[in-house]
Amino acid sequence: MIDEIQKNLLREVADLDSLPVGAYNIRTNGASAARATTANIDIVTKADGKGIDIYIKPFTKNESVHIPVIISESGLTEVVYNDFHIGEGADVTIIAGCGIHNCGDQKSAHDGIHSFFLDKNARVRYVEKHYGSGDGTGGAVMNPTTVVELGEGSYLEMETTQIKGIDSTSRVTRAKVASDATLIVKEKIMTHGEQFAETDFTVDLCGENSHANVVSRSVAKDTSRQVFRSNILGNAKCHGHTECDAIIMDHATVSAIPEIVANHLDASLIHEAAIGKIAGEQLAKLMTLGLDEKEAEEQIISGFLK
Amino acid sequence: MLELKNISFSAETEDGKIKDILKDVSLTIDERFVAITGPNGGGKSTLAKVIAGLITPTSGRILLDGEDITELSITERARRGVSFAFQQPVRFKGITVQDLITIAAGRRLSITEACEYLSEVGLCARDYIKREVNASLSGGELKRIEIATVLARGTKLSVFDEPEAGIDLWSFNNLIKVFENMYEKKGGSILIISHQERILNIADKIVVIAGGELKKIGTKDEILPELMSASGSFACSTLSEKIV
Repeated sequence: MIDEIQKNLLREVADLDSLPVGAYNIRTNGASAARATTANIDIVTKADGKGIDIYIKPFTKNESVHIPVIISESGLTEVVYNDFHIGEGADVTIIAGCGIHNCGDQKSAHDGIHSFFLDKNARVRYVEKHYGSGDGTGGAVMNPTTVVELGEGSYLEMETTQIKGIDSTSRVTRAKVASDATLIVKEKIMTHGEQFAETDFTVDLCGENSHANVVSRSVAKDTSRQVFRSNILGNAKCHGHTECDAIIMDHATVSAIPEIVANHLDASLIHEAAIGKIAGEQLAKLMTLGLDEKEAEEQIISGFLK
Repeated sequence: MLELKNISFSAETEDGKIKDILKDVSLTIDERFVAITGPNGGGKSTLAKVIAGLITPTSGRILLDGEDITELSITERARRGVSFAFQQPVRFKGITVQDLITIAAGRRLSITEACEYLSEVGLCARDYIKREVNASLSGGELKRIEIATVLARGTKLSVFDEPEAGIDLWSFNNLIKVFENMYEKKGGSILIISHQERILNIADKIVVIAGGELKKIGTKDEILPELMSASGSFACSTLSEKIV
């Protein structure tokens, strides 16, 4: 049974008001609550019970998999392994998300390890949202790890969003990209209060004409802290680009550490990082259009994170 | 009606000296189209920013329809009907042209309505409406969008700070039509800072500001011949002249 708190979390992390169409696995408070498979997508519980394997048949088109995780019990700490096996030429959307509602005084934590194995020419759009609510003092902690192995000619676009409520996060992403394959990462983070968020990307461009673009946009408010690390290694003729763009406010701290390593003569790698407060002239322009300073600030931030 | 009474503005220069940028400027604007011209560095843009509230004058008063707005913020002036088109339009990451025009209009706009404002400034609206107002747009495009935001506001006073700056000659010739149309249609007053003869030509009143002081004020028939005569000419009839 899914209660109101859990429904609300589901809405936040997966835009779901009811059970999704297609394949899904909903995990609440450490156990599988609902599951559906399709002719092309199978979901199997791992032998040790700590996670699932998702098998997507070759050439599956226009199907989606939802795998939201909901935690509403205070003090629950779990580690879950989800492995996605995407068959040759498949084209699917995977929506993952984790919501924690913690009203208690004990730490609630979800450490998800998501692995993606894309066969030749498979395409995946992976959307991940993290959200925390509740007014307890226990804290919501999420440490997602994403492992990506991109086969020849495959494509993975990963959109990760963490806008509210997660007190502490350490996000690790490791990817290996084969020839003619592409990895796109779009990360959006907003921290406030005393939150801490750390992201760490390592991308190995291994095959000829492999391509990676890792873009992070973040806003740090109050006394929150953020650390962005990314390392793109060019081990073949490849293109890699990493960009971190942060708006800093109040007494927040943002650290951006982009690294690029060329191990091959034809590796073409670029990194960019910029941190700054909202430009005064941006505020002034929106104020000449009739917004007050606070409204102008909200517009600038919501646009920046859109 | 806008009244500027004895406006002075001084600022500290890099070497710590006090520089008078505006000196006791008094001016009344109740015509439909007033142009301010004069040499670069003469204080024109500062005066425009004083009107919009981006700069607080060191002394003097500003009255809008009789109400003293000298102490009002940018927002409060905007809400009372002052619009300002920046000489160098501001860029925003993530904010689209549609967002900006919607904010300017102060109400929800249909795509068609938003597009109309863009069409008026000569942009093919559907190509631009979803674009971000960022560095991917050219100077000329940003300038037109800037003007479109002022059109969308439709307030009783619209101030344009050198709309021709940063625009190529071909684009500017088209842009002149925008101001000519605005003059035909618009109800409120337009105050435009410009060096362009074709802009000055449609003005009801021309104000010359140089060295921080109001030097001359009059109709175009009184001011233009003098400006266009050889020495001390501020205005140029084409952009190419200005570049030279």
